Amino acid sequence: MEVGLDRRRLLQAVAASGLVATTPTGSAATPAPVRSRAKIVVAGAGAAGLATASRLARRLDGAEIVLVDAKREHWYQPGFTLVAAGLKPERYVVSGTADYVPRDVTRVEEMVAAFDPEKRAVETSSGRRIGYDYLVVATGLVLDYGAIDGMDTDRIGENGLGSHYAGPDAAARTWAAMSRFADAGGEAVFGRPATEMKCAGAPLKYTFLTDDILRRRGNRSRSKLTYAAHSGALFSVPVVAEKVRMLFADRGVETRHHHVMTGIDIDRRIARYAAPTGETELGYDFINVIPPMRAPEPVRQSPLPWKDGSAWARDGWVEVDKHTMRHNRYPDVFTVGDVAGVPKGKTAASVKWQVPVAVDRLVADLAGEPCDSIYDGYTSCPLITKIGRAMLIEFNYDDNLTPSFPRVIAPLEELWISWVIKETALKLTYLAMLRGQA
Amino acid sequence: MQNFDPAMFVAVLDEMLGPLLWVLVVGSIVATLAFLWLLIRDRGLVSRRFVVSELVGVAGGFGAVLFMQLITHSGLSDVGGPVDWLLVVLIWLIGTVGTTVVVYDLWGLWAGRRALLGDHA
Ligand SMILES: Cc1cc2nc3c(=O)[nH]c(=O)nc-3n(C[C@H](O)[C@H](O)[C@H](O)COP(=O)(O)OP(=O)(O)OC[C@H]3O[C@@H](n4cnc5c(N)ncnc54)[C@H](O)[C@@H]3O)c2cc1C
Repeated sequence: MEVGLDRRRLLQAVAASGLVATTPTGSAATPAPVRSRAKIVVAGAGAAGLATASRLARRLDGAEIVLVDAKREHWYQPGFTLVAAGLKPERYVVSGTADYVPRDVTRVEEMVAAFDPEKRAVETSSGRRIGYDYLVVATGLVLDYGAIDGMDTDRIGENGLGSHYAGPDAAARTWAAMSRFADAGGEAVFGRPATEMKCAGAPLKYTFLTDDILRRRGNRSRSKLTYAAHSGALFSVPVVAEKVRMLFADRGVETRHHHVMTGIDIDRRIARYAAPTGETELGYDFINVIPPMRAPEPVRQSPLPWKDGSAWARDGWVEVDKHTMRHNRYPDVFTVGDVAGVPKGKTAASVKWQVPVAVDRLVADLAGEPCDSIYDGYTSCPLITKIGRAMLIEFNYDDNLTPSFPRVIAPLEELWISWVIKETALKLTYLAMLRGQA
Repeated sequence: MQNFDPAMFVAVLDEMLGPLLWVLVVGSIVATLAFLWLLIRDRGLVSRRFVVSELVGVAGGFGAVLFMQLITHSGLSDVGGPVDWLLVVLIWLIGTVGTTVVVYDLWGLWAGRRALLGDHA
């Protein structure tokens, strides 16, 4: 029964929450380390790479784990939305990568410039070749601002231009622009790209937050909010899309379907879209630009992405089995996080459930044992609908809602408790995940 | 309520409060022990002291709810479905009981110290 599954996930969560780590009864959650001399390269030290390295370090004894990433700052990206709404300071989302790297993991502070899965090696930006027995690709994705004609990330915060995805500083500058807009009211434009994207709920959350802040400042009646959706729906999960449609109607947010942003005139405050009726323009006083997203260049240039001529292949998402996170053509390569070519779930919540599966499979390979760990596509999106309320939406590959607290916390209801969880619990869970504890 | 697992609450509290949870757990154990010790020392509940502690406790309950809303940038108008009210009542209860016990403890210990000093004088 469904209840049994929920309970299992919950017990896993309890076991992983660190509670059990301090009590000997919890040993089932952390089996004895497997002895191995394998060399494992983890490419990328963001949410997925750090969580993978931490877990591998706990599960293996004697293996050489090499974490390759030049980035020194760690960004807690789910917090960007709160920063861009003036609810948290910029420092809330910034920490150091080194804080989360386990002692016995070797760090290489360079980027991977090329992947050579045929010869089982990666090459770094300085030209160094690092061979491996196993590779975990966790490079995340790149924001392709260049694909929006006229866009200039240096000007975020200026003249009503926001883009809260670009980084902590951009999120803070987006807040400055949005706050100025909310003081006067006017026309605000939101939207999302037509590519796969991380946290597909974030553009919607930001629309709701802007609506709420306008109301708090008494300027909602003077304002018009428009959401440009790339497709015919507001969210990929039909039951959620329908709920958001109703909420947008309730809040008076106008929706333009099948509008894909192609360009922007920052000085004249005009956004351009490819729409069913041809090119369309929308004028704005405030806009939150969310660019197309693709796999990083070295991944796209490698043999790793899908080769089936699909949109996924074009954007370079890595070809993996969606239940095991193992590469379909290179069995010694696993891929976790945003760069993985799986349906749905480019979120930190998916990372939390993908990483244990990939690590279980990799460790089982080394131990020469079978493994039945499966990732079912679980992801979650605490969809903020105003400051103080959210919907705790969780779902899987099959578009089924998979609430952690069935019959207690209703997923499609705007609740204070869901907001409280989003504001207080999620960052702690995320940090525990980076350390391999959750 | 077959899926109402106490472990669920512990998991949620642990996620919400992190290490603070254990500080609170240890704190409440100490406060409870002090309360029991006072019961033994005073051979029962000193009723006047307890009633006043309870009154302060009720205020402490409201304080706890306000504190939770303050740290989460929210207000009473955000409380929506039944589960939200459950959370409010839960936080209020914890605040009330906690404050009552702590006030009673402090008062009892202070009164005891005065009595002791009085003995020596
Ligand atoms: C605004 C916003 C809101 C979000 N909200 C939520 C939310 O509410 N809930 C949720 O669960 N998720 C949310 N997310 C998504 C979440 O942050 C990501 O899904 C998660 O960070 C993915 O982890 P990752 O490791 O795949 O990528 P990242 O964390 O982005 O890390 C990728 C790392 O790879 C490195 N890298 C890149 N190229 C190379 C290379 N060639 N060689 C070596 N290293 C490389 C980068 O330097 C980086 O350190 C949000 C994201 C954004 C931007």
